[in-house]
Amino acid sequence: MNINATLFGQVIWFALFIWFVMKVVWPYFQRIIAERQKTIADGLAAAERGRQELESAGQRAQDSLAEARSRAAEVIALAEKRAAEIVEEAKNAAKAEGERLIAGAKAEVEQQATRAKEQLREHVAALAVAGAGKILRREVDAKAHAELLAQLKQEL
Amino acid sequence: MAAGATAPTANEYISHHLVNLSVGDGFWRVHLDTLIMSGLIGVVVFGLMWLAGRRAKLVPGKFQAFVEIVVEMIDTQVRDTFHAKSELVTPLAITVFVWVFCMNAIDLIPVDFIPWIAEHVFHQQHWKAVPTTDPNATFAMSLTVFALIFVFNFRFKGVGGFLHEVLAAPFGIWLAPVNLALRIVEEFAKPISLALRLFGNMFAGEVLFILIALLAGAWVWSSPVASGVSMLAHVILSLGWGIFHILIITLQAFIFMMLTIVYLSMASESH
Repeated sequence: MNINATLFGQVIWFALFIWFVMKVVWPYFQRIIAERQKTIADGLAAAERGRQELESAGQRAQDSLAEARSRAAEVIALAEKRAAEIVEEAKNAAKAEGERLIAGAKAEVEQQATRAKEQLREHVAALAVAGAGKILRREVDAKAHAELLAQLKQEL
Repeated sequence: MAAGATAPTANEYISHHLVNLSVGDGFWRVHLDTLIMSGLIGVVVFGLMWLAGRRAKLVPGKFQAFVEIVVEMIDTQVRDTFHAKSELVTPLAITVFVWVFCMNAIDLIPVDFIPWIAEHVFHQQHWKAVPTTDPNATFAMSLTVFALIFVFNFRFKGVGGFLHEVLAAPFGIWLAPVNLALRIVEEFAKPISLALRLFGNMFAGEVLFILIALLAGAWVWSSPVASGVSMLAHVILSLGWGIFHILIITLQAFIFMMLTIVYLSMASESH
């Protein structure tokens, strides 16, 4: 073992390398490690935020689905009600129309009957006149007896 | 090692490997190989770390990830052990671990490889390739840590606080001389054990590699069968010791780093 001046040279090397590592090498790694830690922390936080957002979006989707379902049910109920109303209205309208037609027909029938009666009356009057003429065996002046005939007609 | 008429004896071979390339005399001798190898290793490895850090991206490449794993492992150790606030301790621990590990790792390169380059390319007779087998390198680090222990003691406890601790711990102020003596032994044991542990492990490992390498050279002075067996033994043993040495290299670098952190932690906290 021989200790000599080499020691001083080695101390200088050692000090130089410590200085170099402290001032140049180590700061690079401190910086990059800190930066990476921050990136990882940010990424994890972002992932957590994303997860929460996904959860709330799912909740929102569920809510709007439920709302849409209830709205649809409402619309269907309304439509059914309206359909029933329309059917009812149609029924009423048909009934009214039917009644109107029946009434019309009845009036027509009555009118026809009246007209037939009128005609019958006229025929009967004519027949009566003819019959009376034949009975009297003489010409009846239609003109002279028009008043009489009319009166007869009225009585019939 | 050269085969031929001027083949060295085992003794020459071993001592050849254990002599530093040096200039100067007495205390002012300087081991050039230690200085150059440790400096070169440091410049290359910290340069690579600098490159990895300079181009650091949020999503790391393989090399960046590797450096980050090492750096973060050391940073975790520092955070777990050292609780005071200091900008120095983590870079210091990184420097210690990475530098010591890489210097130790030179031990895994076959013992004759780097000296052969030194001899045939740079025409140098001696070249000890592993800086941590030179106590100068290990003591340089441990004495720097020793100095930092005092700096931390004064910084975190103040001069008065530190002096009081030296005189009053652990037996109370009435046994101040005993406390002081114990403290001196305790403090000086730190750099010495730190340096000698690393040096001893690496030096012993290196010597064993040299001895194993001798087996491969045994064919120069032995019968063909014996030299074949010797060569086989060399291959198996250097493989086995090399694999085991990976553990020692890492462990010694880790221990040096951990003890550095622990000593500085002790210096920054009151007993």
